[in-house]
Amino acid sequence: MLKKQIPLAITFITGVIIVITFFIPHPPFGRLQQDALTWYSVIFGFTMLLGVDSLVRFHYRKLRRREKGWWFSIIFYGGFLLSFITGVVSEVRFGDAFNINSSFMYFYNTILIPLQSTMFALLAFFIASASYRAFRARNIDATFLLVTAVIVMLGRVPVGYMLWHKLPNLTSWILNVLQLGPMRGIMIGIALGTVAMSLRLILGIERTYLS
Amino acid sequence: MIEALGIWVAAGLTLAIMSFLYGDNPIYKFAEHLYVGYSAGYWLIYTWHFTIKLMVIQPIAEKQPGAIFLVIPLFFGVLMLTRWFPRIAWISRWSIAFTVGIGAGLTLTGAIHGYIIPQVKATILPLWTGNGFSSFNNLVIVIGVLTTLIYFFFSRPHTGVLGKTSKVGILFIMIAFGASFGYTVMARISLLIGRLDFLWSSILKLVHFF
Amino acid sequence: MNGENISFWEKLGKIDRRWIFLIIGLVVFIPIAFGLRMTVHVSPAVKSAYDTINRLPEGSVVMISIDYDAASMPELQPMLKAILRHCFDKNLKVILINFWPLGLPIGNQGLEEVAKEYGKVYGVDYMNLGYRPGDIAVMLRMGTEIRSVFYGDIKGTPLDSLPMMKNIHNYDDIAVVVGLEAGSMGDYWVQYVNARFKQDLILGVTAVMAAGVYPYLQAGQIKGLIGGLKGAAEYEKLVNHPAFGHIGMASQSWAHVAIILFIILGNIGYFMERRRKRGL
Repeated sequence: MLKKQIPLAITFITGVIIVITFFIPHPPFGRLQQDALTWYSVIFGFTMLLGVDSLVRFHYRKLRRREKGWWFSIIFYGGFLLSFITGVVSEVRFGDAFNINSSFMYFYNTILIPLQSTMFALLAFFIASASYRAFRARNIDATFLLVTAVIVMLGRVPVGYMLWHKLPNLTSWILNVLQLGPMRGIMIGIALGTVAMSLRLILGIERTYLS
Repeated sequence: MIEALGIWVAAGLTLAIMSFLYGDNPIYKFAEHLYVGYSAGYWLIYTWHFTIKLMVIQPIAEKQPGAIFLVIPLFFGVLMLTRWFPRIAWISRWSIAFTVGIGAGLTLTGAIHGYIIPQVKATILPLWTGNGFSSFNNLVIVIGVLTTLIYFFFSRPHTGVLGKTSKVGILFIMIAFGASFGYTVMARISLLIGRLDFLWSSILKLVHFF
Repeated sequence: MNGENISFWEKLGKIDRRWIFLIIGLVVFIPIAFGLRMTVHVSPAVKSAYDTINRLPEGSVVMISIDYDAASMPELQPMLKAILRHCFDKNLKVILINFWPLGLPIGNQGLEEVAKEYGKVYGVDYMNLGYRPGDIAVMLRMGTEIRSVFYGDIKGTPLDSLPMMKNIHNYDDIAVVVGLEAGSMGDYWVQYVNARFKQDLILGVTAVMAAGVYPYLQAGQIKGLIGGLKGAAEYEKLVNHPAFGHIGMASQSWAHVAIILFIILGNIGYFMERRRKRGL
């Protein structure tokens, strides 16, 4: 009962409250919604800690068992402690770790920004390589995809205007008319699927979150 | 001096990540693990400052009306952390159930009220507006939406009229994917421009320093 | 002779990808190093976003949501700065809010940098609400009263002690919300804030997401759309302050041309190879 029925009941009651308060925003339902959302915000904040814990445990296990590449786990802990310690020191010193002049922000700018942005910048190289190796007009569908991609790629940059002054207009038409229909159709399909899943969760048919 | 050191470190880490382009290597792995470790510590500080301190402790300390009841969600938030202990991990289900229930309720209302209804409404367009071009555009949009939805209807085999309509739908979908691909290429190149611009301006700054 | 040509196409199809990486790197880097620039033409979607803010009377409040982090910074930070310049040029009040934890300092730095350029005063002309967990919950609660979720600003200073926040309580007091999006928060702004509170919205999105946001624009759920680095460059042109957006356009253009040439080359090789196999 405690492990299954009560969580299912909590999901059902909270889900129904949110739906009812959508239709009846007046007191006391409006107040109920506000309180439920406040509680949601606070509890949601703690979910971040679960992810951090998984990482810390994973690397601790790797270190303890001296698994392949275990020395990189030392680097992980080094980065973790650097961030944590400078954060605590900055929080104590400035009352706010996110103060622009704090050491926490210095290391954020020096370490996190370059690492995170470069990780994603590498994708430019891989997309170029993939375009060369894999993007083939094998059939009519792929040809439509390829031609549209080329028009959009040229039309959305200044060189497109240089090639043909009407190319940006054609691109605009493709984006605002031709691709709008299918994009909307796909998103409506996704929204319907989301509605179905939400109903399944509220009604307790979908229970994977309890594992 | 601190600024110059920061530039060296940032540029060095950028090049360390970029070394992956030549092949996987220890320098890249060092940078990758540093990034993951630093992010993990950042999340901890973030959670403390914005969730616990500013959302719970400060309102209670300032004696805001009703703030004392915030200890209840704080308690449930702490209960979520029982996932770390296998024997009592089931207690975290209560907190998770609360967030899942609220999330499902919000998604249900938001998807219908905020997406499906306005988008369907925006698809009900006049097929003759008095102007040939805008009428044609409206027709294309309506056909695009309908044929795409028909393509994703898998409860019946795609034969006959349904089959032909879904073939039109797949062509429209390919056009949408092509537009997305073109934009995706643009996005990735933009990120690279950002990094190379940073490297170039770092070189210029360091030359200026020395 | 025929055997040599075909062998050449086969080899070309198996070229080491590091050569492609090098070419892309050079094509992007050379325009940056030599300071090459290109003329930017403004699209209707960006003009619409610009006009929405431009129409606002002095003293109106614009809320800007920082929903990105360092990974999308090259595309969205230039948008942020261009929009801030526009707002401060028109003496609009700016409230920054954040839903992506890793992006909070980036948005804050951009805000402080541009505010300093214009001599704006924190708490009087602009302020930063910071972040609270809960995404949709936070957006909905702000519809009733901002103080119900943000008792204080990013540093914890009570909102009531900030002069500009005296008469700002909910979306009724905010003229426009500008969402700078690298993920799904833009959908939440539209589906919850625009749908329930009829709040005017502008979305600035990464190019990856831009194609999927046009349905919102056509449906009138957003007033304007700024897509990718090109969108940022267009907005910079409109506010007469070319910056990083403009710097990137030459590199962007030539990189696109290079990739298109790669695609054409790859397809030529593919068709030649297919023809050869059919001939066999």
